[in-house]
Amino acid sequence: MFDALATFLVFDLAGLTPDTPLGAALHFFVMDVAKILTLLTTVIYLMGWLRALLTPERVRAMMKGRSGPGARLMAVGLGAVTPFCSCSSIPLFIGFVEAGIPLGVTLSFLIASPMVNQVAVVVLAGVIGWQMTLVYVVTGLTIAFVGGYVLQAFRLERWVEDYVWAIRMGEALRVEADTSLRARHDYAWGEVRQIVGRIWRFVLIGVGIGAVIHGYVPADFVARIAGDGSLLSVVVAVLAGIPMYSDAVGIIPVAEALLGKGVPLGTVLAFMMAVIALSLPEMLILRKVAKWPLLGIFAAYLAAAFVLVGVLFNALRSYL
Amino acid sequence: MKHIKVLGSGCRNCETTAKLIQEAAAAKGVEIELEKVTDMAAILGYGIMSTPGVVIDGQVVHAGSVPERRKIEGWLG
Repeated sequence: MFDALATFLVFDLAGLTPDTPLGAALHFFVMDVAKILTLLTTVIYLMGWLRALLTPERVRAMMKGRSGPGARLMAVGLGAVTPFCSCSSIPLFIGFVEAGIPLGVTLSFLIASPMVNQVAVVVLAGVIGWQMTLVYVVTGLTIAFVGGYVLQAFRLERWVEDYVWAIRMGEALRVEADTSLRARHDYAWGEVRQIVGRIWRFVLIGVGIGAVIHGYVPADFVARIAGDGSLLSVVVAVLAGIPMYSDAVGIIPVAEALLGKGVPLGTVLAFMMAVIALSLPEMLILRKVAKWPLLGIFAAYLAAAFVLVGVLFNALRSYL
Repeated sequence: MKHIKVLGSGCRNCETTAKLIQEAAAAKGVEIELEKVTDMAAILGYGIMSTPGVVIDGQVVHAGSVPERRKIEGWLG
C-alpha cells in the first residue's frame, strides 16, 4: 500500500525513474515516512485506549521487596511494556531504589524500557519484517536481564548520590481515572499528539539518512567500510552509535537501508542498539543520581554486550 | 482560590502542562495560584514517579502525561 503510494507520487506523478539515485531515494523517503507515521499513530492510539494498565508507579508497587531471578524477569518484561519518557528516568530510579528494589534490577528496567517497547516492535516489524524484530526483542531483553546480574557484581550502590537514599516516597491519594469512551479517546489522542510531536523529527531525520544511503551510497562502498562483519567493524559500529541519539523508531529506517546495502545483520543490530540505548544525553540525565564510575560501568557493559551480539549474529549469519 | 502545583523536573511536557493550566484558568476566569515543583524529593513525596504530575489543594489529580484540556477544565470546576 505504501509502496504503491510512493510509486504513484514519485514515479508516475513526478516522472522520476527507480534506477536514478534521486528516484530511488525519494521513493524510499515517501514510502517510509508514510508507513512509519501511520504505524506510529495507530499503535499509540490503540495503546492509549488500554491506557494506564501499567504506570511506573504500579510497576514499583508490584516489584517492591522482590529480588531473585523472578523479580529480574519481571523488571525486564515490565520495562518492555511500560511506557516511560526518558525525562522520567530520575524519579523512576529514585522511586525504585527507595522501594528496596536492588540496583541491578532497576538498571535492568532502565535498559529494557527504551530499547524494547510496543511502538518500536510494531514499526520494526512493519518496516523490516518479523524475523529481525524477533531477534531484536530477544537480544534486547537478554542484554537487560543479564545486565542486572553483571552490574550488581560491581556493587554500584557505592556510586549512587547520597541524597537519593534520604528521599522518602509518599503514598498520595490518587484519583480514579475516568474510563468513559470519551475520556479514553481524549487520552489516546492526547498521547498521539504528545508522542508523535516529540519524535517526528527523529523519524524524518532517520528516514532522510536511510533514503540517502538507499539512493546514493554504492553498495560496494558500504561493503568496504562495514560489510565484512569482523569484530573491528562491529566495534566501529557501536562506537559510531554512541554520540548519536535517536528514539528507537527513528533509527529503524537507517537500519533498513543498511541491511538493504548488504551490511551484516549483527553489525546493524549492534549499531541500532548503541544509538538507542547508549547515549550521552541519557547518561547526563542519570548523572543527577549516580556518580561517574557507575555510569562508566553501565556504559561499558552495554557497549561490550552490543559488540558481543553483533559478532555473534555475524558469525551465525551463514546458518540463518 | 485554588493552589495548583505542577510537578516535574523542568522537561518540556511539564512546561506545556503549566501553560495549559494557566490558559484554561484565564479563559474560565478562575483565580489560581500556580507553582512549579522541580525538587525531586518533593515530587516523590507525592508518590509520583512519572512526570508531569498535577496536585490541586494537596491532592494528586494527574501523573505521567500532559493532561487534556477537558480534564483541566474539570479540575477548575
